[in-house]
Amino acid sequence: MRQQYQFKPNNLTDSEPNKFKLGELRTEEMIINLGPQHPSTHGVLRLEVLSDGEVVKEVVPHIGYLHRCFEKHAENLPYNQIIPFVDRMDYVASMNSEHAYVMGVERMLGIANEIPKRIEYIRVLVAELNRISSHLIAIGTYGMDLGAFTPFFWAMRDREHILRMLEWVCGARLLYNYIWIGGLFYDLPVGFEDRCGEFVSYFKPKLNELQRLLIDNRIFIDRTANVGVLPLPLAINSGVTGPMLRASGLRFDLRKVDGYSVYPELDFEIPIGEGKMGQVGDCWDRTWVRLAEITESMKIIDQCLEKLKGEHKRTRDFDPQALVPKKIRPKAQDFYVRAENPKGELGFFFRADGKSDVPFRCKARACSFVNLSVLPEISRGVLIADLIAIFGSLDVVLGEVDR
Amino acid sequence: MEFEKIVELIQSVNEETVKIDKTCTIGVIIKSDRLLIICNELHQNPSTYFDMLSCVTGIDNGVEANTIEVIYHLYSIPFNASLMLKVVLPRENPEVESLCTVWKSANWLEREVYDMFGIKFKNHPDLRRILMPNDWEGFPLRKDYQHPELYRDIVVKSEY
Repeated sequence: MRQQYQFKPNNLTDSEPNKFKLGELRTEEMIINLGPQHPSTHGVLRLEVLSDGEVVKEVVPHIGYLHRCFEKHAENLPYNQIIPFVDRMDYVASMNSEHAYVMGVERMLGIANEIPKRIEYIRVLVAELNRISSHLIAIGTYGMDLGAFTPFFWAMRDREHILRMLEWVCGARLLYNYIWIGGLFYDLPVGFEDRCGEFVSYFKPKLNELQRLLIDNRIFIDRTANVGVLPLPLAINSGVTGPMLRASGLRFDLRKVDGYSVYPELDFEIPIGEGKMGQVGDCWDRTWVRLAEITESMKIIDQCLEKLKGEHKRTRDFDPQALVPKKIRPKAQDFYVRAENPKGELGFFFRADGKSDVPFRCKARACSFVNLSVLPEISRGVLIADLIAIFGSLDVVLGEVDR
Repeated sequence: MEFEKIVELIQSVNEETVKIDKTCTIGVIIKSDRLLIICNELHQNPSTYFDMLSCVTGIDNGVEANTIEVIYHLYSIPFNASLMLKVVLPRENPEVESLCTVWKSANWLEREVYDMFGIKFKNHPDLRRILMPNDWEGFPLRKDYQHPELYRDIVVKSEY
């Protein structure tokens, strides 16, 4: 039998060499390797830290440990079969990614305006539920990075309710494949609207508890305020989007700016960082913006449920797959679609050649990827403990960074 | 800001006539050696102010067409305008000016394009592979890419 893997001592250093060479360091400098299996890196990220005692001089993120060739796969699969691969990019917010992808393909096909309102409302409802669960993970794990263990369990407990509801909707807890091109896999299960309404009324006081326990906690404020300040010009120039950009003080949300799907019909605010505890754009602001966004998502869910129970209520002859095209073959074109994911602007670039059901090129512009690239800029000269705080506040999902 | 005005602005700094790309509504094909000047102008000019580089995409058009494209997706927050800049390069030794001096986000986005297509970005501060291992051979998203049989004695095979 052929030996599967032969150990050679240089294997690791050859495949991902450090940027800084040991011989070129100054006497007081030291390279600290953080990850790829370090718990605070939220997955498989390696941070090469050039440190001087406790102070970080330079950070070099090494990524690619979770690269699963999304773009290569997408070049070989029909449009509808790419949706499960899209799920696996940002695996804690699959509904949002699906929504963005499906919207792009529908616009290319020219059927985006024919989708029934009920389907659009269900899409927004599940996407906002998923946004809440993603932000709960962000806040909970961030607390754990900083040494607070209880908020993680509280956040996970409430996230579990959302996952159970989404499981009821489509049968899967994380990777849904629920939003289809031209429709949905299934209509909502009977009784879902009431169950979801119950969750909203259950969750609202829990959110205040979470804020009192973590966000307004003196220890948490001391660890995060004035740490990792991301100034607005740097944020825009680095392409940072999502809660990070809003925490830096710009009221920019693609749900409002582009007004896609039924978001123009819904009433919600865009929270921005105001520097209540320190400077605008510090780690505390980023966490607070996420918490405030959960409240806004709850508002959206309330309104969606109202519409789904009233104006666009369930009918016996409603078929969510009625408009799903048999053959998905867009005209030859280049198309870029973007949507607001929990972590930022998720974009898909398509090139269709008009001759096949397979995209000629499908590129994912991952928000976590671009947001992570700002880490070296804002963590020069901080303490190593603060580096963990800064990285946690970026809220990246390595599945999306590496795709 | 209408698309025609943006094209006029590009025209003013470009030496040749600007080709408008017919496959999309906001695309412009420009020459690769004028890219940095045009992007600087689009970024600095107060009437466009494209302050965000959202996406850099590489596309290999295949062996027959023998070209490779880089597509820059720009976005202007104050004017809510988007623009696609396309650069067509030869397939052998493709080289284009790096935009890291204009937008910081170009750094990682260009590294990814280099990693997948082998396009060299001139004056890039840190052009290394980003997603693939450093000692990986070939550029995976090229259309004629053949993956190796083994990588460090691990079988690399796709079965579908």
